Amino acid sequence: MLSFIVRRLGFMVLTLILASLLIFAATQILPGDVATMVLGRFATEQALDNFRGEMGLNRSLVVQYGDWLFSFVQGDWGESLSTRADVRDLVLERLRNSAMLALVAFVMYVPLGIVLGVVAAIRRNSWVDHVISVGSLAFIGLPEFVTGLLLIAVFALRLDWFPSSSAIPPDAAFFDRHTLERLVLPALTISLVSLAYIARMTRSSTVEVLGMDYVRTAYLKGLSRSRVIGRHVLRNALLPTVTVVAIGIGWLIGGLIVTESLFGFPGIGRLLLFGIQRRDLPLIQATTMVIVVIFTMANLLADILYGYLNPRIRFR
Amino acid sequence: MATTTETTTGRGSRNVLEIEGLSVAYRTEEGDIFPVRDVSLTIGKGESFGLVGESGSGKSTLAMGAIRYLPANGRVTAGRVLLSGRDLLSLSGKEMRSVWGSRVAVVYQSPGNALNPSIRTGNQIAEVARIHLGMSKQEAHQRMLEMLEKVKMPDPESVARRYPHQLSGGMLQRCVVAQAMVTNPELLILDEPTTALDVTTQAVVLDLVAELKQEFDSAILYITHDLGVVARVCDRVGVMYAGEFMEQGAIRHLFKRPLHPYTLNLLGCVPHFSLGPRRKTLNTIPGFIPRLDELPEGCIFAPRCSLAEPECRVAQPPLVRAGEDHLTACRRWPVVPTPAEHMDTITADLMQARGEAENRLLEARDVKKYYPVPAQGPFRKDKRKVKSVDGMTIWIDEGRTLGLVGESGSGKTTMARTIIGLVEPTEGTISLRGEVLGPTTRSRTRDVLRRIQMVFQNPDASLNPRQTVGQSIGRPLALFGTPRGEIPGRVLELLEAVHLSPSYYRRLPSELSGGEKQRVAIARAFAAEPDLILCDEPIASLDVSVQGSLMNLLTTLQAEKGTSYLFISHDLSAVQHLSDWVCVAYLGCAMEWGDAGDVLNPPYHPYTEALLSAIPIPDPDVIQKNIRLEGSVPSAVDIPPGCRFHTRCPRFIGDICVEEEPPWREGEGDHWIYCHHTFETLVEMQKETLRLADHDHGSPGVEVQV
Repeated sequence: MLSFIVRRLGFMVLTLILASLLIFAATQILPGDVATMVLGRFATEQALDNFRGEMGLNRSLVVQYGDWLFSFVQGDWGESLSTRADVRDLVLERLRNSAMLALVAFVMYVPLGIVLGVVAAIRRNSWVDHVISVGSLAFIGLPEFVTGLLLIAVFALRLDWFPSSSAIPPDAAFFDRHTLERLVLPALTISLVSLAYIARMTRSSTVEVLGMDYVRTAYLKGLSRSRVIGRHVLRNALLPTVTVVAIGIGWLIGGLIVTESLFGFPGIGRLLLFGIQRRDLPLIQATTMVIVVIFTMANLLADILYGYLNPRIRFR
Repeated sequence: MATTTETTTGRGSRNVLEIEGLSVAYRTEEGDIFPVRDVSLTIGKGESFGLVGESGSGKSTLAMGAIRYLPANGRVTAGRVLLSGRDLLSLSGKEMRSVWGSRVAVVYQSPGNALNPSIRTGNQIAEVARIHLGMSKQEAHQRMLEMLEKVKMPDPESVARRYPHQLSGGMLQRCVVAQAMVTNPELLILDEPTTALDVTTQAVVLDLVAELKQEFDSAILYITHDLGVVARVCDRVGVMYAGEFMEQGAIRHLFKRPLHPYTLNLLGCVPHFSLGPRRKTLNTIPGFIPRLDELPEGCIFAPRCSLAEPECRVAQPPLVRAGEDHLTACRRWPVVPTPAEHMDTITADLMQARGEAENRLLEARDVKKYYPVPAQGPFRKDKRKVKSVDGMTIWIDEGRTLGLVGESGSGKTTMARTIIGLVEPTEGTISLRGEVLGPTTRSRTRDVLRRIQMVFQNPDASLNPRQTVGQSIGRPLALFGTPRGEIPGRVLELLEAVHLSPSYYRRLPSELSGGEKQRVAIARAFAAEPDLILCDEPIASLDVSVQGSLMNLLTTLQAEKGTSYLFISHDLSAVQHLSDWVCVAYLGCAMEWGDAGDVLNPPYHPYTEALLSAIPIPDPDVIQKNIRLEGSVPSAVDIPPGCRFHTRCPRFIGDICVEEEPPWREGEGDHWIYCHHTFETLVEMQKETLRLADHDHGSPGVEVQV
């Protein structure tokens, strides 16, 4: 198991280096000159040159990349070009907000998706199964801005249960009614797609496991249905779901950008969008790197969990 | 439908299971079908009842219907099932759960799938004790260890802590049996429990079943297609065909004097050692098992029966008592011939006496195939090798068959793949008519490729599901230069050669039965007019009656076309039936080889002796010498030093076997044994061992150690 984790960690570092290269390259290709963006169109040539020198923009790309990566690893993420704030503080604060939003979403959709999937599998080809299957297919097809707007229209405008805007102060305390009720709608929005995926994945793997000989053995041991499902089926059926949950974290982040903008929520997705609009290179680079780190960590976690649940991998 | 409430009754004083007039229906889109119709049987305490039949005969459905474990579209439509006098069909679902696992236990075919892969085996066994015996965790653990000891599991503590994938097939099946016996059930249902196992492992499991029978006094319902297995472990037997019993009775009656033509035919399909190497054709049953929605009028076996007369097709014959403890559903049972008479009418001498060996066709010399061991960690490269084939030499003469036999892991299949060039040998040469061939298919000329063909075990996977039979067979014809216009004609000739009608030309593989698919695969192999066909377990996945007809087909085609075969099988009876020469392989290395008559007669290599002793022979009077191989085949990564068989050898001498590689000893005629024992000592030791093949034509029967 240890060598398994070490090997995966090695791959993770490689992934991160590759990602950092891509991110750096991408920010270089972005149209528009940074100095002009920051100082405005009417800045003098002299001022632009000074700015470039000050920011180290005249050096070769390789040096710039090395310098950036080195300081990034050390925790020096630079200064935002547009707000002059420390990027690290900015990103970490927004990350905390997004993490909270994701967490709320996560605790909503993971258990619910699994339960729906298992129920659909046990009652397969009944009306319950059809409702769940068709419903989840519909939600997989809908993009977040559509579901988000729908939720706002129904739950905020018509029923007035939740506020339509989630524009809380960036440093708001979380375990607070005011904040939490503003989290429900955006969390629900990002949940729906992942919920549907998890339900479908769980359903198909549960159906497969239900057909295995060892499930028949379990029934013929005289176990009750709940025990067969809980002890013999779920553990095997959830293996593929674990992977989907981890990959789902990737979608979650993608979903954050749209959803946070839609609800005006001060999270990392909206920060990234803000950075892109302002050509704020240090901000874009740091935000994307953080997202990549989270994504690879989630995958590593999924692999470890998968190995833990599946002894055939654990002992290889 | 005739009422056949009559059943044979066992010697047991008390009936544990009584099934009366049971019918099971499956709901399908075309309406209900009845895979089991009006069947009755009883099993007494401590008795084992063999339920025999080909696939589709309804034997598993009968068992599962009786204990009310049917799929959602299945239901029992009529009959009574009494378990120790209690009517199972009237129980509620909850009451049934208290029967399952405590009073009735079931073991199925594949032990690898019957245990949950993510729960430690010990916990799975203990679970039964906790539920049904109300034991605490510690008590259940103790009980589990006791059970593992009872099934002779070596080192129960450590086995209990392991996961199923860490155990061998034989150990898994012992765990499953241990789990079944925890509550000392009244009825134990064994559904093909050894079919997926190697013959040596099967022998050990069958011994275990026999011992459990003594110890636990459970009634056993043993479901199998293998008549040899039934003869070894059962007291009584029922032969099922398309959902009904054809015959039922004590094991000796059925095997010695079957009174139903179907039973007689089934027995004739199995290559019997007393027939001698391929001198005779095997019995075949014309036609197919009827579809359940198109059952014939009258006797359901009549359309395939050679004894059938018009009256047989009028009314369904009931099971009638034909003797003490013997029932048959044949109305003509008094005229059913004896097995000896039957054999005389159906078997024809296929092979003319053949002269001395012709030209050498293929020679594979010192072939080795090593695979790298997958790396264990990022910085640890494993330098060891998996030695699939580790120095094997074989040759095949023109128009002859070499049988290659061994347990799984013996390297049989890798050897065939090396010969045909699918796998590049690590060392060694393959030559065809003296010409050394390239190591892979890419380095061989098209003509060489044409001259060696292969038939695989699983025809489902080797035929393209989107190509018609005509396309599949026509493909090699086109590839090897038959003019386009002549292809359809040639395909039809080939279809005829494998006894398939021209109507098969346009069919897809999904419309064919397993035996028909394998015929198409054989026709495709012959399309290239090869010198040599490598048959890798070509009949292993088929029913016995189909196996017999395919063996006949292979034999007649060889006689007509002079093609050589490499026949790979784990089934020694099939190998001895088809082969002129036999090579017995173990862990990638030949142990014994030579003329089939010599190899399959004493003196044997100790490994061959053990294999022969493990074969279940469909004759309850044969008492085989009990030579059992302990444990499983060692890993091909760490091959034991000295003689690689020494870890399991029943004739182990001592240090010499561990320290020195044995010499190849040459016997009289063409016969080589790789062993430290001399021929003389082997003869002395094996005086009492079964003789399986006879040198002389027509010499009767099997000599048996009593």
